[in-house]
Amino acid sequence: MRFVPFLLTLLLTAGLVVALNTRWGGLQKKPRLAAFLSPQEGFWQNAEPVGKNFNARIGLAGLQGKGEVYFDRYLIPHVFAASETDACYIQGYLHARFRLWQMEFQSFAAAGRLSEVLGPGDNDDYVKYDRSMRRLGMVEAAKAALGAIARDSIVQQDCDAYTAGVNAFIRQLDRASLPLEYKLLDYRPEPWTNLKTALFVKYMAYDLAGSDDDFGMTNARSVFSKADFAKLFPVIPDSLDPIIPRGTRFPPPGVVPKIPGTADSLYFSATGTVTDIELKPEKSNGSNNWAVSGKKTLSGRPILCNDPHLSTNLPSIWYQMQIHTPDYNVSGVSFPGAPYIVIGFNDSCAWGITNSGRDVRDYYSIRFKDDSRQEYWLNGKWRPVTAERVDTIRILGRAPLYDTVVSTVFGPVMFDPTFTGFSDLPSTRSYAVRWKAADSSDELLTFHYLQGIRNYDGYRAAISSFSAPGQNFAFADKAGQIAIWQQGQFPAKWKGQGMFVMPGEDSSYMWQGMIPNEENPHMLLDSGQDRGFVSSANQEATDTSYPYFGGADYPIYRGLTINRRLSAMNSITPADMMRLQTDDFDVFAQMAQPILLGHIREAELDDAEKAYLNTFKLWKFRNEPDEQGPTIFHVWWNHFEHDIFDDEYSKTSLAVQRPNESTLLEALLRDTSWSFVDNVDTKNRETLTDIVTLAFHQSVPDLAQAGQDGRLNWGKFKDTWARHLLRLPALSRTHLLIGGGSRCINAAKQFHGPSWRMIVQLTDRTEAYGIYPGGQSGNPGSPYYDNFVDRWVAGQYLPVWIMGAEDRSDPRVKWTMHFSSSAPAE
Amino acid sequence: MASMKFIINLILIALLSFVSGLFLPNWVIAPVAFVVTLLIPLKPLAAFLSGFFALFLVWGGLAMAANAANDGILATRIANLFQLNGSAAALILVTALVGGLMGGGGALTASFLQKPR
Repeated sequence: MRFVPFLLTLLLTAGLVVALNTRWGGLQKKPRLAAFLSPQEGFWQNAEPVGKNFNARIGLAGLQGKGEVYFDRYLIPHVFAASETDACYIQGYLHARFRLWQMEFQSFAAAGRLSEVLGPGDNDDYVKYDRSMRRLGMVEAAKAALGAIARDSIVQQDCDAYTAGVNAFIRQLDRASLPLEYKLLDYRPEPWTNLKTALFVKYMAYDLAGSDDDFGMTNARSVFSKADFAKLFPVIPDSLDPIIPRGTRFPPPGVVPKIPGTADSLYFSATGTVTDIELKPEKSNGSNNWAVSGKKTLSGRPILCNDPHLSTNLPSIWYQMQIHTPDYNVSGVSFPGAPYIVIGFNDSCAWGITNSGRDVRDYYSIRFKDDSRQEYWLNGKWRPVTAERVDTIRILGRAPLYDTVVSTVFGPVMFDPTFTGFSDLPSTRSYAVRWKAADSSDELLTFHYLQGIRNYDGYRAAISSFSAPGQNFAFADKAGQIAIWQQGQFPAKWKGQGMFVMPGEDSSYMWQGMIPNEENPHMLLDSGQDRGFVSSANQEATDTSYPYFGGADYPIYRGLTINRRLSAMNSITPADMMRLQTDDFDVFAQMAQPILLGHIREAELDDAEKAYLNTFKLWKFRNEPDEQGPTIFHVWWNHFEHDIFDDEYSKTSLAVQRPNESTLLEALLRDTSWSFVDNVDTKNRETLTDIVTLAFHQSVPDLAQAGQDGRLNWGKFKDTWARHLLRLPALSRTHLLIGGGSRCINAAKQFHGPSWRMIVQLTDRTEAYGIYPGGQSGNPGSPYYDNFVDRWVAGQYLPVWIMGAEDRSDPRVKWTMHFSSSAPAE
Repeated sequence: MASMKFIINLILIALLSFVSGLFLPNWVIAPVAFVVTLLIPLKPLAAFLSGFFALFLVWGGLAMAANAANDGILATRIANLFQLNGSAAALILVTALVGGLMGGGGALTASFLQKPR
């Protein structure tokens, strides 16, 4: 019988070895199989019973009064607290109860600690990510924010309470009740701190104000002639419809930056190039918001709408709630990881935010004396670095990496010979970064105030301290006023400042001051003698008459569509706004169609090709999920753009900035023999007809392939997901059949789109609607993990229930959590 | 008599594994099966089968109950993650097998400590 123990041992060992060595879903780190599978402590414990009872009595030591949280059938909490600080305490608990893993993971991402949890990643990408975040100064910025928070005693108190709420939940966790992802990655949560809250806020600043094109533009400047550069990067697109209407008069600037004497020779005409590659946030982080005044609505009262475009992650970036305190009654969405409501409305006012997209991150080329990088050349002499620190980057399964980072008067050195970002090329150059969001600021103060605003003056005061990321705050109130302010601390730059890497040997290239708040672009409509709406969609805020340099690359088409449509609309109802917010019209395609159809040699096409062309001709520029037109246009224009520019761009191996999507279209609308049309690699001089026809021929095999794969319909081709933060398809909602696209109001892209759609009509009894592509629970084992997704895809909304104190026994209340300082822990 | 011992051994392992699992890490099931089989000795094959089925039933049963209450939401996702084609049933079987192997291993080890009769 000896062979039995032998065989069993063999089977057991072999089975476990095989199982333990499968890289599920590409995760570097695997759970311990038995622990993960054990029904008493593993993932089965996260399989939330459908119909689970969420009633509970929860003790939070030090809670000032009693608090009640009423959950409706969507698991949206309606918090009734004795004070704002109590509300933050409870909010911290609820965020942790339903979203702990996500909040902590995002704070790790903000602090440059991904490798610690996930390992180095393919091609060491997580290590590069972590070094980028650390060098940018995310942790220092968060620490500086804590200093600013400490100066605002209310926010300090609220953050302390929030942190205590998170920790009250963390303390009661055991092996079995840990969120699923901790089990999957086999680690445990750390205690929450105010620093983690500050890190999350700075992560949003990175996500929304961490973008710049300085390296690509520097290379473009050095590769192209001045004339070509001007063609590729026009100052302002013809079809821009700015946030503040064209022709608005601006007062003379309060700050007039002085252009350095050497700017022409050492900056605009310099020929330096950059091989380092930056970490950049998702380019289309943007949003739509608008408010219409009562003269355009059926009710005669303003309606405010907002849909912030962010990564469509699961768990969602947003957590919906209502917070009722003796001082105010506010509803909307909050960020798990921070206190307060970020986008929402109270009993008097509503507000919504979009990203300003202003360039607040600039680079300076630093000349170090030697490889020790202790001294650098500035204003004619060697100066010691202003600071030096060694970051310890822990990497799962590998020895830690010690990264030495020095700082200059401009800011920290982001790239040097030891770190070239995501580039594989070695570099001897060093670049310091000046980033507005690294400064000390307290953005939470704005949201603290916004929750309780009663009128326009309150809104003005609330947003005045908001520093970065600069946002367009739309506002409407029950008195009938609507307004929009682009608020942030924006450097007053001389024209062209910060477009390229600046010389770091001369302090006259530094930022010279900030634009005074009152000169930030804004509009207040309260007279009835105006156009009746304000809006923003990440386009440039002003035309060229604004006295300050805007300096970035802005999307223009969503704003154009919104303004056209709002101008034409009257007697607007919330239902009209739902249709507008989910509109799939692509105005860019409409403008581009004559270029394509006017220049294709149809006689050259065979029958199969003509079939695609006919589909395109019949298409009405609506990016509906079951249309083939958008796919044909997308593929055709993509080939076309490459055929136009690749010949010039392939002359260098450098990463050179590509023009804005509007540039080619507008150039061709002005002049069909634009110089870039010719393929410089051929002897012939190609015409627009040649290139348009060539691009169509090139598109047909792609389209045929898409047809074979069943992906010719736009919804399938675009393939929108609500994707789990770990990018595991099994925990994501994949292949969502939703229309739209980056240039549509319904800006749903593959992994990115309207992350919260909100419509608020400010009638006496507020009427509000909202939806987001996720669910209130962050647990993939909960029915509330993704229960909003299908409605979001279908363009449906849920009415926002504004619960009153008198509604405690309303049938809409499904569960109640009672909070007090004495009750036993759950 | 032998079959009675087998059943008692199995039931004890199942009960004690479940109770200790409420407080102790998952691997406690192996020592539980080990101790029970020391106290109620079985021959190696019987010991293994008893430990295996005790934990196969406890882990499989608990997983099945959790899955039923959850309408298969999580098991489907995890079964996709494990490349089990989204089959909750397969995942329950794997769970039961892993539990069974640990239980069977514990009991089997104890059975080898007995003096051969």
